[in-house]
Amino acid sequence: MKSEKPSTPDSTERTSEDTRLPRRTVLRWFAAAAAATQIPAFGGSGLGAAAPAAKGYGTDPDLSKFYQPGDFWPLTLTKAQRETVTALADLILPADHLGPAASEVHVPEMIDEWVSAPYAAQQKDRDALLPGLEWLEDESRKRFSKAFPSLSEAEKRAIADDICWPADAKPEFKKAAAFFLKFRSLAASAYYGTEAGWKALGYIGNVPLARFDGPPPEVLEKLGVEQTVAGG
Amino acid sequence: MAVITTSKAQTEYDVIIVGSGAGGGQTAYTLTLAGLKCVMLEAGRAYDPATQTAMFHRPDQAPLLNTPTPDKQMGFTDATVDGGWNIPAEPYTQASDKPEEQFQWWRPRMLGGRTNHWGRMSLRNGPYDFKPRSRDGLGFDWPIAYDDIEPYYTRVEMLIGVFGTNEGRENTPNSPPGVLLPPPKARAAELYLQKHVKTLGIPVIPIHRAVLTRPLDAETIPAKLHPGNAWAQRIVADSMRVRGACFWATDCHRGCSLRANYQSTTVHLPPALATGNLDIIPNAHAREVTLGQDGKANGVLYIDKSTGQEARVRAKAVVLAASSGETVRLLLNSKSAAFPQGLGNGHGLVGKYIMDSVGGSVGGQIPALENLPPHNEDGAGGPHLYIPWWLYQEQLAGKLDFPRGYHIEFSSSRSMPGGRSPLGDDLARGAYGTKFKEEARRHYGSQVGYTVRGEMIANENSFAELDPAVKDKWGIPVLRWHWRWSDHELNMVAHGIKTFTAMIEAMGGKAHVRAGSTAKNIIEPGGKVIHEVGGALMGSDPAKSVCNEWNQLWDVKNIFLCDGSPFPSNADKNPTLTIMALAWRAADKIVEQARKGNL
Repeated sequence: MKSEKPSTPDSTERTSEDTRLPRRTVLRWFAAAAAATQIPAFGGSGLGAAAPAAKGYGTDPDLSKFYQPGDFWPLTLTKAQRETVTALADLILPADHLGPAASEVHVPEMIDEWVSAPYAAQQKDRDALLPGLEWLEDESRKRFSKAFPSLSEAEKRAIADDICWPADAKPEFKKAAAFFLKFRSLAASAYYGTEAGWKALGYIGNVPLARFDGPPPEVLEKLGVEQTVAGG
Repeated sequence: MAVITTSKAQTEYDVIIVGSGAGGGQTAYTLTLAGLKCVMLEAGRAYDPATQTAMFHRPDQAPLLNTPTPDKQMGFTDATVDGGWNIPAEPYTQASDKPEEQFQWWRPRMLGGRTNHWGRMSLRNGPYDFKPRSRDGLGFDWPIAYDDIEPYYTRVEMLIGVFGTNEGRENTPNSPPGVLLPPPKARAAELYLQKHVKTLGIPVIPIHRAVLTRPLDAETIPAKLHPGNAWAQRIVADSMRVRGACFWATDCHRGCSLRANYQSTTVHLPPALATGNLDIIPNAHAREVTLGQDGKANGVLYIDKSTGQEARVRAKAVVLAASSGETVRLLLNSKSAAFPQGLGNGHGLVGKYIMDSVGGSVGGQIPALENLPPHNEDGAGGPHLYIPWWLYQEQLAGKLDFPRGYHIEFSSSRSMPGGRSPLGDDLARGAYGTKFKEEARRHYGSQVGYTVRGEMIANENSFAELDPAVKDKWGIPVLRWHWRWSDHELNMVAHGIKTFTAMIEAMGGKAHVRAGSTAKNIIEPGGKVIHEVGGALMGSDPAKSVCNEWNQLWDVKNIFLCDGSPFPSNADKNPTLTIMALAWRAADKIVEQARKGNL
């Protein structure tokens, strides 16, 4: 990382006050990319995870390199938290006919990178996701006297079914349901950014081609359209 | 001559050019190929798109899945470095606390300026667009007409390479035969749209974008661009031969190491440097234009950011191409006994009438596009088709409640996934497991989004001035912004929302418009479209304009404004092509003056 002036959330907030920049608007744009739903907050903090890094990747990172989680800032989840993340990510994105499980393509590492990041939007997500993981473990012990990763598939589903859809969740599960949706969104954002995720969706681009032929005949036929551009 | 540091600058140049984007790049190109010695000041660092571009990164190969952060505000792989909506060392302020009265100011700080983050839309203004006040009594006419600028549109298109077709539509000009490159084939969702909105009377045609769908013809184009100048022809031909054609992969916003799309750093600056007539000083943050005893500009003071020291370059003429906002700031900060209110600002018009494009989007989901056989539609890294403004006659007949037009942009439905969930939170009712993955696959490719790109009319409430108190890190007064959309723009967006909903429904889909959504909460904030123009309007009356039809300051004849700042109006057509055409035209005038010894 070769940035001379890394921007921390602290320093951007200070700039905001000094100059009356519309930080709220800007942060809203940033947050929009991360996740959609408004999350009712859990209480509590101090969950054992190390504090996130103070510095980001700077305004002038080396764009010629490929990166992986941990390259720019330390991952902060505890071993137990990572295990919970892995179990939940694999429940949402399991190995099946559409491809490998989330944990086989480093989704838990990417989630760890996300919640360990120094930026305001990610720290806000951290404040929503870490208590959610804690709730999941508490609920698992309460119902089955076991840690969530040790539950059977059916046991995991019993909990997930209660929290997977906020509109249907009972009042005592509303917060957990908001957490679940946010976690699903983040896990899917990571999973579908991998080679395996692309295959699972049917995205076959990002390769240089000698020519661009447009949609193939079977696509045109299915849509009932004809190619209207002669092309070059 | 080359990319240099302050200490290597020559004692005097013919022309100083502030800014290295579309306007500065075009001006440098034209002047140096005509033999003028130029120095270019760029406020950011040097940049080499051939080696510094993140072309093929998957989201999982970039931090935070390539999503925007305060450090990289359009995402990690976006070409822009050291820039964005907010640059901590270089603040700007807002006159109002109300978000709808604020301006979001995107500023790159790197060689190539805003041409690094650009959709490459290259639409010509039409004849109406130069005389809008004559048509509807609003805003300002230009002192030039379409025919005055047409030859320059053609030259720019030949130089940078623009694909598209000639459709002969009203106020949507054709290019001369053979100028445009062949358009890429249409994508599935574009064809489906085209077919199903015919009944609504909406045309869907190939867009014009600055992407090479085939290599430029280096054998014949240079002679058309520089007749009688074999030396210039050879330099331009060599530069054209280095550019590769599009290889139909990667988003143009990442930059292009093939040089297949237009960036100032791949098209304008290489031949300008090859002439040996251009020095570029990066990290040079311009502060003030200085005047000599004769009342003419003789130099530019700048902060060398690499040392923090103030420095100065001298020349016979000065071109400001720093973007509307920065050009306004430079003029206002250039105070002297002759110009106590800033250069060219005796009448107080510098900074007034800044415009952006009107933006607003509606998305939808089209069941017919679900489960299509997987196919690669990366294409030319941006839209292939678009909808030009199609209701000129209805507007003329008074049938619409807004006076100016908009065009509609859209991009691929099968674009690179990752960084966000392919299934929105509101879809698939809490599905997880294999059901979620199946739903995601079914939905992928069926999401469409349409966006307004419309004409904003200059108004009294949208302008920039110097903040009386706040200064940047180097002690230079910063801009304070004022902004207000009028009903002209809000009614346009309301029309767009209705139209997009009808388009999506015509395709059998469902529009994602929240109940209670209005134009006011769908219109993009001012500045958000990054089509900032105006602030130093050209006109035919020195009492009512800042510069003349040659982008030449009325008050100081050897200062030229070669960015969007002289625009008297901001047609729905994206401004970059017009900025380049005007810059070439102004540069020809500078060359003419230089040859007469008038600089």
